[in-house]
Amino acid sequence: MIIVKKLVKRFGPITVLRDLDFEVSPGEFVALLGPNGAGKTTFLRILASLTKPTSGLVQVASFRLPEQAVSVRAQLGVVSHLPLIYGDLNAEENLSFYARLYGVKQPRIREVLDLIGLTDRKGDLVRTFSRGMQQRLAIGRAILHSPRILLLDEPHTGLDQEAGEILDEVLREIALQGRTVVMTSHDLVRAAELATRLDILSRGRIRASASEGEFGSTDLVDFYRAALQGKGEAA
Amino acid sequence: MKSYLGAIRAIIWKDLTAEWRTRESLTSMLVFALLVVLIFNFALELDIQAQESLSAGVLWTTFVFAGTIGLNRSMALEKDRGCLDGLLLAPVDRSVIYFGKVIGNLIFMLLVEIIVLPVYSFLYGVPVFQPGFFLVVLLGSIGYVAVGTLLATMVVQVRTRDILLPILLFPLTLPVIIAAVKASQGFLQMIPFDEFSSWLNILIVYDLIFTAVAFMVFDYVVEE
Repeated sequence: MIIVKKLVKRFGPITVLRDLDFEVSPGEFVALLGPNGAGKTTFLRILASLTKPTSGLVQVASFRLPEQAVSVRAQLGVVSHLPLIYGDLNAEENLSFYARLYGVKQPRIREVLDLIGLTDRKGDLVRTFSRGMQQRLAIGRAILHSPRILLLDEPHTGLDQEAGEILDEVLREIALQGRTVVMTSHDLVRAAELATRLDILSRGRIRASASEGEFGSTDLVDFYRAALQGKGEAA
Repeated sequence: MKSYLGAIRAIIWKDLTAEWRTRESLTSMLVFALLVVLIFNFALELDIQAQESLSAGVLWTTFVFAGTIGLNRSMALEKDRGCLDGLLLAPVDRSVIYFGKVIGNLIFMLLVEIIVLPVYSFLYGVPVFQPGFFLVVLLGSIGYVAVGTLLATMVVQVRTRDILLPILLFPLTLPVIIAAVKASQGFLQMIPFDEFSSWLNILIVYDLIFTAVAFMVFDYVVEE
């Protein structure tokens, strides 16, 4: 579903991603972990066609980036730590606006509002929403067009415990629908609960990778530390 | 083509709905424009000759400054909560975003102009209700907004965007402002059309060239 080979991204003299290789199969839920400045957000923005790679191969849903960016975008849903929704529109209007951009029919909006649990608040302005509700609406916006791939950039940022758990529930439901998910996170435990694979990104490269069966029986903190110290496959 | 136009309409609808809720942009543009017209009226009151020759310049100065407020606020709306990324993620040609924003900004600017013009006509005693003059206002506004939207998008990520936008915008739109002032002067002072028609042609050419250039470069402007 996602194939990345020898990806390099430079911002002026700073190299953020160095010869990064990454592959995700259909239906996989990959959590991308790593310290601040590791390049997680840059990498996700490249996959989302928001940033152009300096060099390397990036293929998403069989389309190459940046050449076939419009086709890639039709297959993608993106959730970032910012909700990408308009504060001066209500929840239904926000979804309606994005539905028009994605060519989605109106009945789907009701479905999505039900799924994210905002049907009762659909007429309220988004700027009156709590951070958790805004993030749920952000997920609704991202899945509105039933994308095959979801890219989540630290979606739990700024959420309290309860809002985080609600978000987890929505993400689990999405994963059960067979969508491919790539999520960046700082929360090792939460990532291990949600994902089927953990990848550790550090200094511009994937330093270690562990699949569901492996990290269940491994001390996650040891695994993470070992990866950051460059000890390769830890699990 | 249908989905292209549909996406442009969606962006315009979104901008108008959001503005209808807050009226922040229109109110600030309008109050500013009316204040400028009023202040210049008092400043030039003693000298009728100066008022006649300067009134078109006063009018366009007002429109240009009020327009800058609108452009800044329009892109601030997209910056808030990362909405610009939301637009860029849509599976549509990015020129859709440009044209949607241009038309939205143009509607706001024209609304302000529609309200300011009668006040201006009353205070300065100039005959603004002429089709030719309205055409100049429309063409001048299109040129200004076409370039302004492109530059506002360019500077939206910059912390000092409120200052940077006019610094970049005014020199680039100087031809359209000069042409609009000269053509407006022609209509308002009842000068024979042949004597100022070339300014109208410059306005048309400027609008076409800069809209085309902005259409071509917009993708690069929003790219990281």
